[in-house]
Parts: sequence; C-alpha cells; structure tokens
Amino acid sequence: MKLLLIITIAAISVSLAKDRKRAWQGIKKGLTMFLNLLPSLLNVLILVAIFLSLVPQSRIVALLGKESGIGGYVVAALIGSISLIPGFIAYPLCGILVKTGINPGVIAVFVTTLMMVGILTLPLEIKFFGARTALLRNGLSFVGAILIGSIMAVIL
Amino acid sequence: MKNQGPIINAQYIRRLVPFLVFCLAIVVSFAAHFLPGIHAARTFREFILEMTAFLPLMFILIGLFDVWFPRSMVERHIGKESGIKGTLWVMLLATLQAGPLYGAFPVAYILWKKGCSPLNIFVYLGAFSALKIPMLTFEVGFLGWKFSLLRTVLSIPVFVAIAWLIDRSFMNRPIVIKDGGNTSMPKSDISNGNRDDKIKPPNTEAV
Repeated sequence: MKLLLIITIAAISVSLAKDRKRAWQGIKKGLTMFLNLLPSLLNVLILVAIFLSLVPQSRIVALLGKESGIGGYVVAALIGSISLIPGFIAYPLCGILVKTGINPGVIAVFVTTLMMVGILTLPLEIKFFGARTALLRNGLSFVGAILIGSIMAVIL
Repeated sequence: MKNQGPIINAQYIRRLVPFLVFCLAIVVSFAAHFLPGIHAARTFREFILEMTAFLPLMFILIGLFDVWFPRSMVERHIGKESGIKGTLWVMLLATLQAGPLYGAFPVAYILWKKGCSPLNIFVYLGAFSALKIPMLTFEVGFLGWKFSLLRTVLSIPVFVAIAWLIDRSFMNRPIVIKDGGNTSMPKSDISNGNRDDKIKPPNTEAV
C-alpha cells in the first residue's frame, strides 16, 4: 500500500515536471476511468457481500479451498472460460476470495482462463480467425491455464 | 467513446441505483436486527475500505501510463518485421493495452494486414491476455507480487508455445484473418455489463 502511494506520487511528480498539461490529462483520464468503473464495481461487491453472508465460508472453502483437489480447478476453469468479467473487477474479487481461504492455484486457473479463453466471444473470434483456429486457440489456452494454475499451486 | 463531458450525469446516477437500494436495505437490516443483512453490511464495508485506498491511485497510474506511452509509438515498429525482434515488439504492444480480449481481434487483423507473421499475431493475443500492464497493477495490488510475478513468468512460455503450435498447425498454408464483418464488433456498451470497453483508453479505439 505504501509502495503504491510512493510510486504514484513519484509518477505524478515526474510527469508534472516533464509536461504539466500532459500530466493533468493523464490524471484526469485515470480518474474518469475510475468513476466509470465505480458503479459496476459497487454492484459486484454488493453481490459478493450478500453471497458471503448467505453461504457459509466453510462451504466455499470446501468447494474451492486447499483440500478441494482437482474439482476446484475444474470449477474455476469452467467459470473462468465462460464468464466475461473485466479484469478491473475480477482482480478485486480474486483478492477477496484468496483471503476467504481459496487455493491460490485455483485463483490462478480462474484468472488465466478468464483472460485467455472466451466461450461467449467464440462466435466473434470465429469471424476473425475461422472456426479451426479459434477452437484450437481456446482449447490450447484452456489446457495452458490449468497447467499454469497447477504449477502455481505447487509453488505457492 | 462517451468519456468526454461531465461523467456524473443522470445515466450515471441510474447506474448507482443498486448501490442506493443496498444502502437502504442495510439501514432496514440494522433496524430490524436482520442478521444476514448486518453481516453483508460488515463485509461490504471491509471491501470498500480496502478498495477506496487502492483504486484511485492505480487508475491515476494507468492514466499517466496511457498518455506517456501511446500505442501508436510501438505500432510503427511492427510493420513487416518478423523473427524474435518482431515478437518482442508485439509483446510490448500488447502490454500497453487495456480491455477485453475481443478488443484485440481487430488489432490482430490490422497486424495481419501489415504483414505480421502468424506466430507473432498469436503471441500478441497471448500477451494481450496475460501481460497487460494496467491489469498487472491490479493483480499486484490485490493478489500480491509473488502471485503476479509467478503467473506472468509461467504465462510467457505457455502462450508462446500456444502461438507456435497454432502457427505450425497451418503447415505453411497462408493464414487468413478477416475483419470480423466489423458491424458485429461489440461496441462500447453491451448492456451495462461490459465496462472494460468504456474504460479502454480512447487511443486504442482508433484502429
């Protein structure tokens, strides 16, 4: 947290020193993005807060925690492949999940499939690359994501 | 992109309605001693405290990054280049972007038109999904250095291998990438559900 504060202050100072106008432009752009995101982020946090208050933590940990074994990975990979959550929302969500006691390897599988595999956008991808290439890319990415997650689970 | 002009407007307030309803529900829960409601309120407060500290700073960094390293700067170097140097340039190009993966498809088409090799096009898609710097700041912030570094280091060989396999799968037949019919591209607002598009820096839109 302190580190982020220091980096931000340093970046702002250097930018201001270099080109005042451009620096303000950047700051404004960043804060505009933040405001744009805020309502959606609030909604996701509300849903998660409600979800966590209704479903006991032990149940979630049993499904996706360290003891969950291969099942947790499969669930995470499927959810990650299907959903279309922007990273700006996915990462805060994952941060919460890790604190709840979910296996970091499972989180890694979720994040990686979320970013690399897109079932919902597959029709669009086919329009660009053709069915064979699009399916190949998604299939390989799915396998790759599970590979990355399993290695991380071993190391973390 | 409607990023210009005052952003707090009627439409914005409308997007805050679920939040306002939730606040109201919290008040009622406390008044009625409705335990799940109180529990949800506590959890929500924790989330908010943590995020209000992080997010504005991160977004300032992203904004600054965007004005100092515009994508066009890198695009100039890709052209007909191929080999390892071109690969490094496409990876650099990908790290400078934000937004969902489908936003990278039109860029892949442009790269292909500019004569980029299939390998590099798929390296670009891989790097786009795994190495975007704005996303990395988030990842570090919420999941920590160790997690982010490890995931990044593991991802690079994986997506390069995937790109190589796809490249090989063409067996020297020419690759064709279409412009996706263009009209079918998701525009800025697929329901309210897809904010990444909206927060994509304007200069990534000029493809």
